Amino acid sequence: MRRQVTIDGNEATTYVAYRTNEVMTIYPITPSSTMGELADAWQAVGEKNLWGTVPLVQEMQSEGGAAGAVHGALQAGALTTTFTASQGLLLMIPNMFKIAGELTSTVFHVAARCIATHALSIFGDHSDIMAARSTGWAILFSDSVQEAMDFALISQSATLRARVPFIHAFDGFRTSHEVRKIEELTIDDIRAMIPQEQIHAHRSRALSPDRPVMRGSAQNPDVFFQAREACNSYYSAVPGIVEEEMNKFAAITGRQYHLFDYFGAPDAQKVIILMGSGAETVEETSAILNEAGDSTGVVVGRLFRPFSVEHLLKALPASVRSIAVLDRTKEPGAVGEPMYQDVITAISEGLSAGTAPFTSMPKVIGGRYGLSSKEFTPAMVKAIYDELGKAKPINHFSVGITDDVTHLSLPVDATFSIEPPDVVRAIFWGLGSDGTVGANKNSIKIIGEETPNYAQGYFVYDSKKSGSMTVSHLRFGPRPIRSPYLIQSSNFVAVHQYEFLDRYPVLDTAAEGAIVLLNSPFDKDSVWATLPRPIQQIVIDRKLKLFVIDALEVARKTGMGGRINGIMQTCFFALSNVMPRDEAIERIKYAIKKSYGKRGEKVVQQNYRAVDETLENLYEVTTPFQITSDRELTASALVGASDFVRNVTAEIIAGRGDNLPVSAMPVDGTFPTGTAAWEKRNIAVDVPVWEEDLCIQCGKCVLVCPHSVIRAKVATPAALENAPEGFKTAPAKWREFGDSRYTLQVAVEDCTGCTLCVEVCPAKDKSHAGRKALNMAPQRPLRETGARDWDYFLGLKDIESSSQLIRFNTIKNAQLLQPLFEFSGACSGCGETPYIKLVTQLFGDRTVIANATGCSSIYGGNLPTTPYTRNSAGRGPAWANSLFEDNAEFGLGIRISLDMQTEFANQLLASQRDTVGAELADSILNANQSDDAGIAAQRERIESLKKALTARDTPEARDLLALVDLLARKTVWIIGGDGWAYDIGYGGLDHVLASGKKVKVLVLDTEVYSNTGGQASKSTSRGAVAKFAAGGKASAKKDLGMMAMAYRNVYVAQIAVGADDAQTLKAIREAEAYDGPAIVIAYSHCIAHGIDMSKGLSQQKLAVDSGAWMLYRYDPRRAEEGKNPLQIDSKAGSIPLADYLYSEMRYQMLRQSNPDAAAVLLEFAREDVANRWQEYSTKAAPWPEPAAAQ
Amino acid sequence: MDLTTQYMGLELKHPVLASASPLSKTLAGIKRLEDGGASAIVLLSLFEEQLAHDSLALDYFLSVGTDSYNEALSYFPEASSYEVGPDKYLDLISGAKSNCTVPIIASLNGISRGGWTDYATLIEQAGADGIELNMYYLPTNTSITGAEIEQRYLDTLSDVLAAVKIPVAIKLSPYFSSTANIASQMAREGARGLVLFNRFYQPDFDLEKLEVVPSLELSRSYDMRLPLHWAAILYGHVPVDMAITSGVHTHLDVLKCMMAGASVVEIASELLHNGPGRAQEIVDAMASWMAEFEYESVRQMQGSMSQIKCPDPSAFERANYMKVLQSFQTAAIR
Repeated sequence: MRRQVTIDGNEATTYVAYRTNEVMTIYPITPSSTMGELADAWQAVGEKNLWGTVPLVQEMQSEGGAAGAVHGALQAGALTTTFTASQGLLLMIPNMFKIAGELTSTVFHVAARCIATHALSIFGDHSDIMAARSTGWAILFSDSVQEAMDFALISQSATLRARVPFIHAFDGFRTSHEVRKIEELTIDDIRAMIPQEQIHAHRSRALSPDRPVMRGSAQNPDVFFQAREACNSYYSAVPGIVEEEMNKFAAITGRQYHLFDYFGAPDAQKVIILMGSGAETVEETSAILNEAGDSTGVVVGRLFRPFSVEHLLKALPASVRSIAVLDRTKEPGAVGEPMYQDVITAISEGLSAGTAPFTSMPKVIGGRYGLSSKEFTPAMVKAIYDELGKAKPINHFSVGITDDVTHLSLPVDATFSIEPPDVVRAIFWGLGSDGTVGANKNSIKIIGEETPNYAQGYFVYDSKKSGSMTVSHLRFGPRPIRSPYLIQSSNFVAVHQYEFLDRYPVLDTAAEGAIVLLNSPFDKDSVWATLPRPIQQIVIDRKLKLFVIDALEVARKTGMGGRINGIMQTCFFALSNVMPRDEAIERIKYAIKKSYGKRGEKVVQQNYRAVDETLENLYEVTTPFQITSDRELTASALVGASDFVRNVTAEIIAGRGDNLPVSAMPVDGTFPTGTAAWEKRNIAVDVPVWEEDLCIQCGKCVLVCPHSVIRAKVATPAALENAPEGFKTAPAKWREFGDSRYTLQVAVEDCTGCTLCVEVCPAKDKSHAGRKALNMAPQRPLRETGARDWDYFLGLKDIESSSQLIRFNTIKNAQLLQPLFEFSGACSGCGETPYIKLVTQLFGDRTVIANATGCSSIYGGNLPTTPYTRNSAGRGPAWANSLFEDNAEFGLGIRISLDMQTEFANQLLASQRDTVGAELADSILNANQSDDAGIAAQRERIESLKKALTARDTPEARDLLALVDLLARKTVWIIGGDGWAYDIGYGGLDHVLASGKKVKVLVLDTEVYSNTGGQASKSTSRGAVAKFAAGGKASAKKDLGMMAMAYRNVYVAQIAVGADDAQTLKAIREAEAYDGPAIVIAYSHCIAHGIDMSKGLSQQKLAVDSGAWMLYRYDPRRAEEGKNPLQIDSKAGSIPLADYLYSEMRYQMLRQSNPDAAAVLLEFAREDVANRWQEYSTKAAPWPEPAAAQ
Repeated sequence: MDLTTQYMGLELKHPVLASASPLSKTLAGIKRLEDGGASAIVLLSLFEEQLAHDSLALDYFLSVGTDSYNEALSYFPEASSYEVGPDKYLDLISGAKSNCTVPIIASLNGISRGGWTDYATLIEQAGADGIELNMYYLPTNTSITGAEIEQRYLDTLSDVLAAVKIPVAIKLSPYFSSTANIASQMAREGARGLVLFNRFYQPDFDLEKLEVVPSLELSRSYDMRLPLHWAAILYGHVPVDMAITSGVHTHLDVLKCMMAGASVVEIASELLHNGPGRAQEIVDAMASWMAEFEYESVRQMQGSMSQIKCPDPSAFERANYMKVLQSFQTAAIR
């Protein structure tokens, strides 16, 4: 008897991969990271594979490294695999050619994901798989979670027989992250499929000095070609082998697959051919259309490479008249996308050879769908079948978008829906922080594993790391659910946050008579009057049943804080009747025990209490449903916004991005900056309020604010004459500003409520020690006045960095500078963003940023908006993200490009010296641009030059005009996290630092891969628990700074703003000023540390005080003065290391899960710290005076 | 010389016990205390609040940020188990019982009625010879009366006594309206020992930062005066073994405690300062003193200076207070 399990595609795949391999080399990349994490977690607890050994899971520094290690492990005979996606797969391609060329059995499991082109996208399509199709690997595609498990096994058994390596692919997110009830293969099933003699054969081909051979030779024109053809028979055999393995699998499990499976009418005239999760949607829709009298069918491709013409032709019905081949990828410039081309070729060959089931060429059209996880719905399928029925269907069409430029998109009837009536279709709108998704995953498990019902869950998240919204789509029903698309028509809608009613179309999918569950601070009698008018209208029109609970109050009473998940889950079971109430509550409690039991009884009891107190607080709203409200849904005012922001950005913010046509989008991925200011997310419950009488105007709050929502300016009394009533100011505590006034303002609508500003504020009320110059207060009552004051504040003049009035070498002064990085979607309390903001304050108007992929590229560049912005002169950081692995090289390229063009501009100016005016030309050519004043003066001269050149209008003048802005100094900052700097990009970073070029590197060191969910990097400190280091990292943290210092001509600094903000400012300014390469390594507290983020700055201080994080600056300029370039800016541990480590969950959890290992690693960690101090202290010893040296 | 004594019904080879301190946090530490000469060892307290806090903190930090952002649905790997319950403490008890010959007294510091009894049962099952209930309750709520607090103490004691068969001592606060009365009620309820007294956490201020800072000062001999006073008063009135803790540093301190009527002393600060071996030194010095002054046994001196046996019973009452004040004034005038 096989178990029914509810798991996602990643787990289904890893279940088989883990059991059928001995070595796994891994590297995190979305959406495949989970597979490596599961493998690592299982090996950490000693889970065994088919042969009774615990597989070895090895994290590598990149996917390129993972592929190299796979190659080596295979050459040495171990059964080896890896997991990857997208750019990761691309990095593996060089090795993949080799592995295939050497006919080596292995399977790479790929959660297929979009490749970055005009933009990065973490979502699913087949562009990565298609990019790898020429490597010589077999490609087997799964359509669903069940198939992901099944095909992981079939590909493994087939590769061992065929010797051709396999990519086992499935759709990223849609399959990798969809949770479904499936039948789990037993160990016996797996064993029966894995041929022992083939494993022996695999091992016998391994490199061994006991039977030495050589592989990887270099060959010449005489034999290479023949040798390349020598593998042909192996490829010819693959389709037959896969077919046999599928048949064998069917005999064992009852699930029969074919290389191409046909579903639909036996006499279908219209057929769609495709691969991946969309196939289920087509199957479902085709069946419904056929029931209604249509004649449609679908061919589901499984084995894409080697492409079997014979099997495709066999699958097609002889009746077919028109075929649409769907590709989930785009290949610009090609005749058509890959699958389309293969099908055309196959049919053509079949007709020529007489093996086709028909005698004349059917109409074959190709189409693209679902790029970057774009929804692929039954309505779109119907649109394709409708198109196939036309005399002249559009070829190379797209579906799911509106192409108003090349007019290739198919019209879709959005009202077409095939949701079956006997399926519970529930949508839950929640916040990331309220636990909605976690509870829904539990609900799916309860229903899927404790009842005969089938279950499916898919979860949609926005791109923000703070205040993020989640939408859960859950289906439950008596038959297997095969609907891999979002719920189109829901009979249950839960709105877990009342505020969503005003902001999102939460009831748009509600079917007539659906149940709506609302978490509301208003009770059953008063809530109706509080609803926005459009919501009331939908409730009335669709005869919805409305239930309310004040879940936050129940959570508060039961000690659950803001986690309302269990409460809302209980309400769902009570209202949806998926199972009897009492049984549901019993099951929920069982799930609580299972999920949280090991975290302690207190946690379990607290959750139980919340569940127990839920139902008595759940009420149906019975007040008469009549329109009583005139409140419309919230829309941003967008005063002064550009057309692009108004027509594009605002639509994406509002959740209507799917409706934007092709013409709305930039053709090359170029977007305006300064757009985050339009979001006004209003996510903070509490915001800081300034007490001007207490403030000492130190600027620390402005410095540490991760979202640039708290800012200071100094304005003359005249400038403040029209200030709104209540606009707070205080006499400016600067001698230089005379009688001007200081004002500190908070962008209450952009604040995330992290409280770092309050934490850092040093000013306390001497009569009330608990009151500071900044105190948190509820945001809602402050919203309107706060927004008004903020708008006025923005209109006050910013001090310019070229100002001669004050120097910007202190925090107090520097924090008057305008940040050109604001309102990012980073985590509330983020430890990285204050550093980026500071760089933009100091140098933003002349900076080009090369940004490695990671957290900083997501909060820096994930649509809908970017936090990078411009000053009043229109200048600001120009920002680009190339890849994860190449960021240093990318930045170097920008640097040398700017240098080259500047050189050319100088040359052009010198050659036109006499015509533009010798004095002007010389002043530009000889300008001192070592500081901001010099740069400002140069910009003014350039303006004069522009006028002179414009007036001349000669070809030479136009040449110079095109480059003239480069005559003002430009800075290149290369920004990325430790995953980039220490691991995947280290080789490039090392090379770039060695180049001697004037690039500035900012490493935002969180000591872990933060963006992909906390995997260990080489920056992770010893003893910290991270994914891929579940047992605590056993090796010491890499000393990146020391490695950079080895070059002697690189400026190196290590900083931590929470420990010493003055040193942070000094280091960043020195790095910028240094006439050569510079690297600044910045301690960045992170949510992945398991800390209270509001105490992030204190954690930084603990790290420094314990000696774990040293502050230092290595300035090669000092050597020229006969001084030691290295200066240590912090003191050796003034607190015990353990006091720091065990204040963070990343260390503490090892003490709780494996205290013996924690004790050992703590000792090693102490040694690490002591040794590092010894090394640095020795290296920083003062150099002897020249005389003394003699 | 007979140094033996009886405490909580346990026969002890001498009256110097190791009090609950970080020294009894590990098995190695407990062994050092035994080797150092302590006649029984009170383990570091099992704090119910700490267990709850550990559990909730673990849950919070493993949950925060999860299922919020699609590239990072979690930030930590799940371990197969965590030490968030009392298991570690119970292992310490059973380890101590297997490795030591002296009695092991567990110390339980709790807040909820359920917590006290559940943990007491587990402690008994783990093999402890006795339980010291450390009722560390600081009533900051102005609406709670003294009577309610006393009842809470009695109820808790009653719950624990109903749950276990091993002897139970109670560590009292010195701040009862009627210490003698509550002590008497405790004894009636079935407590086999009274530990005098609990030292309350008293935070300090950082004047520059305007912050309240945690502070724990080790005891000095002067701190012994209060428990000494009360042991002398209670002896003979309350039928229960008494332990004096706080401020016992020398053999002379121990002798005073015995004479006041205590059965044992519990020492922590002295052992933390000068090492566990200090216990045996105190016992040896005590034996020498007793030999010099011709005492035959500890029992002979126990209670000899208590209020009911001392030459001047008023010395323990208000009259003595007046005398002290007068002596101070006299000294000041001089």
